[in-house]
Amino acid sequence: MTSEALLSVRNLSIEFSTERGVVRAVDDVSFDVEHGETLGIVGESGCGKTVTALAVMQLIPMPPGRIVSGSIRLNGQDLLALPERQMRNIRGRDISMIFQEPMTALNPVFTIGNQMVDVIRRHQPMDRASARRRAIEMLEKVGIPIPDKRLNEYPHQLSGGMRQRVMIAMALSCGPKLLIADEPTTALDVTTQAQVMEQIVSLQEDYGMAVMLITHDLGVIAESCRRALVMYCGQLIEDAPTERLYERPQHPYTQGLLRSIPRIRRQRLETLPVIEGTVPDLLHLPPGCRFADRCPRAADECRAHQPPLIDRELTRVACFYPGARDD
Amino acid sequence: MTERPLLEVRDLSKYFPVRGGMLRRVVAQLKAVDGVSFDVPAGKTFGLVGESGCGKSTLGRAVLRLHEPTAGQVRLAGTDITALGRQELVAWRRRMQIIFQDPYASLSPRRTVRQTIREALDTHAIGDNDGRNAEVQRLLEVVGLRRQVLDRYPHEFSGGQRQRVGIARALALKPDFIVADEPVSALDVSVQSQVLNLLAELQRDHGIAFLFISHDLAVVQHISDHVGVMYLGRIVETATAGDIYGEPRHPYTQALMSAIPVPDPKTRRERIVLPGDVPSPIAPPPGCPFHPRCPQAMDICRVQLPPTVNVGTADSPHEVTCHLYDEADGVRADDS
Repeated sequence: MTSEALLSVRNLSIEFSTERGVVRAVDDVSFDVEHGETLGIVGESGCGKTVTALAVMQLIPMPPGRIVSGSIRLNGQDLLALPERQMRNIRGRDISMIFQEPMTALNPVFTIGNQMVDVIRRHQPMDRASARRRAIEMLEKVGIPIPDKRLNEYPHQLSGGMRQRVMIAMALSCGPKLLIADEPTTALDVTTQAQVMEQIVSLQEDYGMAVMLITHDLGVIAESCRRALVMYCGQLIEDAPTERLYERPQHPYTQGLLRSIPRIRRQRLETLPVIEGTVPDLLHLPPGCRFADRCPRAADECRAHQPPLIDRELTRVACFYPGARDD
Repeated sequence: MTERPLLEVRDLSKYFPVRGGMLRRVVAQLKAVDGVSFDVPAGKTFGLVGESGCGKSTLGRAVLRLHEPTAGQVRLAGTDITALGRQELVAWRRRMQIIFQDPYASLSPRRTVRQTIREALDTHAIGDNDGRNAEVQRLLEVVGLRRQVLDRYPHEFSGGQRQRVGIARALALKPDFIVADEPVSALDVSVQSQVLNLLAELQRDHGIAFLFISHDLAVVQHISDHVGVMYLGRIVETATAGDIYGEPRHPYTQALMSAIPVPDPKTRRERIVLPGDVPSPIAPPPGCPFHPRCPQAMDICRVQLPPTVNVGTADSPHEVTCHLYDEADGVRADDS
């Protein structure tokens, strides 16, 4: 971790009040996003990956949410200390976000053109005509055919893949330094997914922006990220360069995850390797390591104490017994 | 053909009328399933893959007559299900069950696990009260749930546990055929493999045949003996799982296979990126429905629907519906 990182998250903890009690959705998470890099954040539902992303955008509804501690610095400026009015200038201009379901992110009663022109003019001094030209240019860049016609259409008139491309065009229209993509292809079909991911990667190269890619799909991470974080139960448990993460995963959870995903194999397996048990309830977390109950390696120490993140060559890992699995 | 397959689907179609105008007249037909044929042998799994809107879920429901088919036949153990009257159908329903994608939506929130699983036994009047209670407990054990959960409600369970309840319910009538419609798509990866293993185990122990519907090609490969690939209401390719993944022949299957992200950063594959989107099934393109997106489309594809050709052997057929293949590559498939 260097001081000149584009985004620097330190000791971030976020809680939500629910009917059943207070849930800590993100617990003491620290990481950096370097200029121009693609960082993957992977984990299963409820692991805190989306909440972390929303915190960077300052889009956590408060209440019920509350940022308990930590800092989020963009080019050294602490976003948590900014008033909402200044944050609004940063959103869209410096950091943009695209969501899993573009239909809910686009306004159904305005045309694509209206929404794009608004976003562009919000951050750049431009008249409507030039903003419109810029919107057409962006739609062309994301591979939308006949963009000037599309501008007059409403979100429901577009297919899912097309809507996600409109979202990307809109998110990139002000040239952000960081794009947060939360499961951008999960709602799309495989063939469309491939189109959209290729679009994101090529635009990233053109614009030299950094991308934070949040997904549950280890395949998507492997194909597009240089580095990836693995989250479990609100905590960061492993952080490593992608190749190393897939070749020499250090945390038993990462290892289990990589083994248990069904993948196209030459030889079909009789049974798939599994991670036994289920994710613990965030309201009733064990005192020690949160993975201990499901971990084949867990010792007394693991059940009593939480393992800190330690450096192991190129990897940061939160485990008392990291490294190659013993089978 | 040595033994007759348990399930034989022949030229099955399901059209939905599209109404429009002031008088709500039928202005078009949405051909969700259009002339589909395949077999599922007893104790085996036929995997059906395709993207959203291709008609795979409608097909699964039409096979069970949860959607009344527009045309075609479904024979279960030699009996044409589509020709049965309501009364007879109820009796046959004992032999065919369904597991849904979202166990949260398919379980009643007001019923305990016991009530949910018992319902089918009650409806079909199987056993006496004690017998039914004992059977419910046995089913729970089969799907790997503890006895203590019997009087709990669906919201108290995780997704994986709910899916196990759904499976126990489907097993209650001891069916020999189950339609599993995206049964693991709503589950997290670590739980997905647990449920897939459970389904494979049930097949081994009880000889159940599955029609396994999924958009996830890796999951389908893992679980299936035979695989059919669907596009716009039709099956475009059918073969054994080994053949279809080892040597996909239809350009659409090839594109699908190449688009799956591989969880290995060192693998870099040549990807076939398809242009455009799936056309509307209300106005499918003339000729081969895939031609507007097909990288290998020829003139004939734009005007004529391709025939189904067997490019495999007589013993192990590999059927593909595409003009790139003709009788020279194998015998023309002719079902009799």
